[in-house]
Amino acid sequence: MAEPPPLQVAGPSSGPVEGVVLHLDEPLSFWGGLDAATGEVIDRHHPQSGQSVAGRVLVMHSGRGSSSGSSALLEAVRCGTAPAAIVMVEPDAIVALGAIVADELYGRPLPVVLANEAELAKLRTGDQVCIERDGSVRRIDAAL
Amino acid sequence: MTLHLTDDDVRRLDGGDGPAVRLAMRVVVRLAEALGAEELLDISAAHVDSCLYHGRAPLDFAERLAVDGATVVVPTTLNVSSLDLLHPDLYRGDPEEGDLARRLMDAYVGMGCRPTWTCAPYQLEERPAFGEQVAWAESNAIAFANSVLGARTDRYGDFVDICAAVTGRAPAAGLHLDENRRATVVFRVEELTPGLQGNSLLPNVLGTLIGSVVGNRVPVVDGLPDPPDEDWLKALGAAAASAGSVGMFHVVGATPEAPTLEAALGGHQPAEVVVVTLDDLRRTRDRLNTARLDGGTGDALATVSLGTPHYSVTEFGRFVEALGDRRVHPGVDVYISTGRGILDEIEERGWAEGLRSAGVTIVTDTCTYVTPILEDTTGPAMTDSAKWAYYAPGNLGVDVVFGSTRECAESAVAGRVVLDETIWTRGSHDG
Repeated sequence: MAEPPPLQVAGPSSGPVEGVVLHLDEPLSFWGGLDAATGEVIDRHHPQSGQSVAGRVLVMHSGRGSSSGSSALLEAVRCGTAPAAIVMVEPDAIVALGAIVADELYGRPLPVVLANEAELAKLRTGDQVCIERDGSVRRIDAAL
Repeated sequence: MTLHLTDDDVRRLDGGDGPAVRLAMRVVVRLAEALGAEELLDISAAHVDSCLYHGRAPLDFAERLAVDGATVVVPTTLNVSSLDLLHPDLYRGDPEEGDLARRLMDAYVGMGCRPTWTCAPYQLEERPAFGEQVAWAESNAIAFANSVLGARTDRYGDFVDICAAVTGRAPAAGLHLDENRRATVVFRVEELTPGLQGNSLLPNVLGTLIGSVVGNRVPVVDGLPDPPDEDWLKALGAAAASAGSVGMFHVVGATPEAPTLEAALGGHQPAEVVVVTLDDLRRTRDRLNTARLDGGTGDALATVSLGTPHYSVTEFGRFVEALGDRRVHPGVDVYISTGRGILDEIEERGWAEGLRSAGVTIVTDTCTYVTPILEDTTGPAMTDSAKWAYYAPGNLGVDVVFGSTRECAESAVAGRVVLDETIWTRGSHDG
């Protein structure tokens, strides 16, 4: 099987997306781990528990847990609490599906981008970044 | 790299089979592209997780498909929903949300899915055969289908489950393919106490440990003294799929693609070997607890919740045996979640009536951590499921104590947390 593309999911009209990084120290299950009404991480075992993913460029190594994560992510898009983009190392069907259906159903693309381990490690919480159309991640301003 | 589509695929994608098939095919194709698949493959069955209510958006999607005339083209089972249709009074949530949850269920039944309402479709009579290509969602069911049945499904999320059922197609990627099914991480269980063997606690704790280490890699467990049964494997998979994103595991000598360690590894060297000690297991058990315990004497309990994933007949049997002829403490609500088919069977055996008169509430069609059912969410809740222990604090706001089935039964009767620490004692345990 061929390697997945760097730009895993984006809408056809998706332009560059800018946002501030929230780097998760552990993967997050969007279902059971995210309150779609508020965008808050509610997984009480998670290091970033209590933080909000809304509008952030969410950086996490891989997906986790429940199949319902796709539904939770879609509902977060509808509620306006979803991340602006998601950057991952491992391609993940559950995350991809939430983003695909957000585009198909509401025409609201949520770019899901793949990066390698080294690139991921450079993205720190608070960094201002831009997700380009080709899926590359450009840092605009590093966090202090 | 490009995705090769057949003429039939192209017709579906172009709307030749109607708008519902077109939308479903677009989702399947876009997922295939995202996963780097080179083609699609035929599936012969599906298990749909999208019937659990998570808000308006997934309902919008289901009703769009239904209104456009979607019908499943392969036998399709349904996962738990948000309502117990056999015991509707158990639902304590917002009535309007309940109506929306019902609409979602009706939409999927209307598309031709079977109203099985269970997260353990592998406990139904018809289940996929070895080597069969299917599209299953629900993380614990995915792990079981791949690992224990030897059927083949990728780790699917919501939406593509119904889209695969409507098109009969799925991306030829991930765990559908030989090369992604071999183990790369070995977990060698170094030491077990007599008390841990045959105890429901072991697969839950070991699964949690495995899931937190492997992420989405395929693990193989080696070194178990006794061949585990299906309930054990189900618990291991459910725990590993909650703590990580495990879609497949092997247990040497127990799962069909692991007659030997070498076979599970596909003849390759493992990328990592993890030695599991007794201390590792005990620490993992401790991490599953969010309730503060004062040592086991004054810890009043509000709730005991069992049956995540849905209890099998043999799991009911173990709880019935552990409870004996005792009643549960009046201060404790005890819930056991299961599927309708299993309920029928335990009704026939007389266990259901016995449990009800002992003070136990049997829940079907749903689960106590996905919908408001628990009467008391203020006090600590005890469970024999690592998956429930993992999700309940976030979903319900309860503090959790994780224990074995027997510890749950003892605690339910006593009205307070009773943990049997002798199960951790080396070499001297009377069971």
